[in-house]
Amino acid sequence: MTLTTPVSTGAVASSHRTGEGPGRRRKGGVPFFMVVPAALVFGLFALLPLAGVVGLSFMEWDGLGTPTWAGLSQWAGVLSNPVTLDAMRLTVVFVVVSFVFQAPISLLLGVFMAGRQRNRALLAVLSFLPLVFSSAAVGIAFKALLDPNFGLSSVLPTGWLGGNLLGDPDRALYIVIFVVGWSFVPFHALLYQAGVRQIPAALYEAATLDGATTFQLFRFVTIPQLRYTIITSSTLMLVGSLTYFDLIFVLTGGGPGSATRILPLDMYLTGFRSYTMGAASAIGVILAAVGLAMSLLLNRLSGSGRMESQQAGL
Amino acid sequence: MTRSARRPLVALALLSSLTVAACGGATPGGNAGTGAQGPAAASDTSAWVLTGGGWPVIEKTFDTWNDAHPEQKIAVEAFANDAYKEKIRTSVGSGQAPTLIMNWTGGALADYVENGQVADITAETAALVKRVTPSVAENGVVDGKTYAVPLNDVQPVVLYTNEDVFASVGVEVPKTFDDLLAVVPKFREAGIAPISIAGQSVWPELMWLQYLTDRIGGPEVFQAILDGKPDAWSDPAVVDALTKIQQLVQAGAFVDGFASVTADAGSDFALVHTGKAAMILQGSWGYATFKTDAPEFAGTSLGFAEFPAVQGGAGDPANIVGNPANFWSVSASAGDASKKAALDYLNDSVYSDDQVAAMLAAGSVPPITGLEEQIAATEDADYLGFAYDLVDKAPHFQLSWDQALPSQQATELLTNLSKVFLEELTPEQFATAMNGTLG
Repeated sequence: MTLTTPVSTGAVASSHRTGEGPGRRRKGGVPFFMVVPAALVFGLFALLPLAGVVGLSFMEWDGLGTPTWAGLSQWAGVLSNPVTLDAMRLTVVFVVVSFVFQAPISLLLGVFMAGRQRNRALLAVLSFLPLVFSSAAVGIAFKALLDPNFGLSSVLPTGWLGGNLLGDPDRALYIVIFVVGWSFVPFHALLYQAGVRQIPAALYEAATLDGATTFQLFRFVTIPQLRYTIITSSTLMLVGSLTYFDLIFVLTGGGPGSATRILPLDMYLTGFRSYTMGAASAIGVILAAVGLAMSLLLNRLSGSGRMESQQAGL
Repeated sequence: MTRSARRPLVALALLSSLTVAACGGATPGGNAGTGAQGPAAASDTSAWVLTGGGWPVIEKTFDTWNDAHPEQKIAVEAFANDAYKEKIRTSVGSGQAPTLIMNWTGGALADYVENGQVADITAETAALVKRVTPSVAENGVVDGKTYAVPLNDVQPVVLYTNEDVFASVGVEVPKTFDDLLAVVPKFREAGIAPISIAGQSVWPELMWLQYLTDRIGGPEVFQAILDGKPDAWSDPAVVDALTKIQQLVQAGAFVDGFASVTADAGSDFALVHTGKAAMILQGSWGYATFKTDAPEFAGTSLGFAEFPAVQGGAGDPANIVGNPANFWSVSASAGDASKKAALDYLNDSVYSDDQVAAMLAAGSVPPITGLEEQIAATEDADYLGFAYDLVDKAPHFQLSWDQALPSQQATELLTNLSKVFLEELTPEQFATAMNGTLG
């Protein structure tokens, strides 16, 4: 109570003081000090640890004793380590292929399920099931299903899709991408379904009157109207798969060899198996920087920084 | 009063009743807590144990101890193996370690000693150490001082076989590496995988490299690696061992898809007791696993043998590899009362008569000298006698390399070794990569 009271009276006081209409008040914004609690929490739990990690990335530390200064040689070591370089390559493949696999399926599934027929509702419920399972459960279940000796391999076709799926260095990453996609497509489909249901029916009616075909409705009404949903979903997908860890850890542990050792796994194994905390911190900084750059770039591309109404001109 | 105005009142009423309930619940709990704490300050004595394996037997010794010594109680917490490994090091590093620190000796113990985090317990545990098989006890010694004492069973790596499968194919259990290569095609023709192995976990693959290196070159080869001698991984014995591993891979000796078989799910053992595979090289805990998962098979068809010899090899074929045991160290940052309680527990409970009998009954072998008669009287006399003799007669007992080496080298060893099994690296490339981690 002691914390909230001055804030609320302050807000009231300031609006009284300016004594302007509602429009004016919105433009002037809320008093600056209202950002203080959020800034404190953000500083304490995000900025401070980040600074610690950046500091640690210039040090040598095995988890015992005190860290010793290593300077730029720590970064030089990380950036020339073949395992980490390979992890970067795998991460790029993982992020791109995951996106190419998930995005179209999520969009089409979401648009399809935005229809209001009863069977679609049932289908929607069923297809959302993967969303409620924890990553660890999905990992353990798929590992059992894909076990080359006791799993589904006897009913799977032979050849590229059969047999030793997770144990083959050439295929393991793609199997992992499939399983990750399987568990995340429902979430993105849900986003798209909500997005489609926001589109005013008047737009479709007008376009139909102009003689638009179903495909044209999709291409010229649905897709442009879903612009912000696409940006949101893509940001979550790209940044999410950049930092994806738990399911892969359970499914393959980065193996076979290092065929599925993407950067977040490499960071974990470097930190908590090899106990080279400095190198692990450097990898963490790289991940944070790339993730930040990617979401800023997507935000810029979409123009959503301007926060204009989605239904402008309507 | 309107409906919306009443809502906060309802919420408030609910909240206060919850608070009252919470207080009511907390009061007796708090009392019980202070009651259990006991009078002495030794209640901050603590030990972390693992789940599974022989650990329930260990945990029980703490219950017995706490009942008999209310003034020296030891608080026990249990962790899963991998979770423990990742938690213990940060706890020790931050001075939050339990009084009794369980470790596998090797690189981790050396790190603890170097940073002054474990106590020198040479004098206090001399009587206990004297009863332990010397090849096991020496693992807890660093620079001539005892920093760790064994706490459970010896875990040599053993070749388990499915005798039914061997009989149906009509071959003998291989005594030499050449025998092993010769039986591979016979099993494959019969549609049976010659060797089961949990390749995704990688450490079972390490057992093959350790045994072959030891048989070909003797223990000196790995000692040179431990000492960080330049190019020690390029020793002809290591390269030859890796070449033999790839020979086995190319002959199809390991079960199809071995790189996605994990040890934690127990499917590597299941392959053997379901007759899909003929052999498995695994730690001595495998016997208990077979007994639990397939009691009938363990009683009738389970065979066990020493690792095959390599003809012309310099190593003694009686040498063994594995884990000599798990060890207790005493935290250097513990208070004097806690340290005393921990040491008293070690002297009183580890390998006491009751404890030895309990371990034998559970199917595991304590590393104590002079147990032959007691073992002969047990239900699992065949297996326990075999394992006991194996350890007792071994001129050298090699600690698992991934425990013996510093953790950074150990992880690189496992990664590179899995690539040799996948034929992504040649033995020479492996040696070059590993030489980079030395010194």
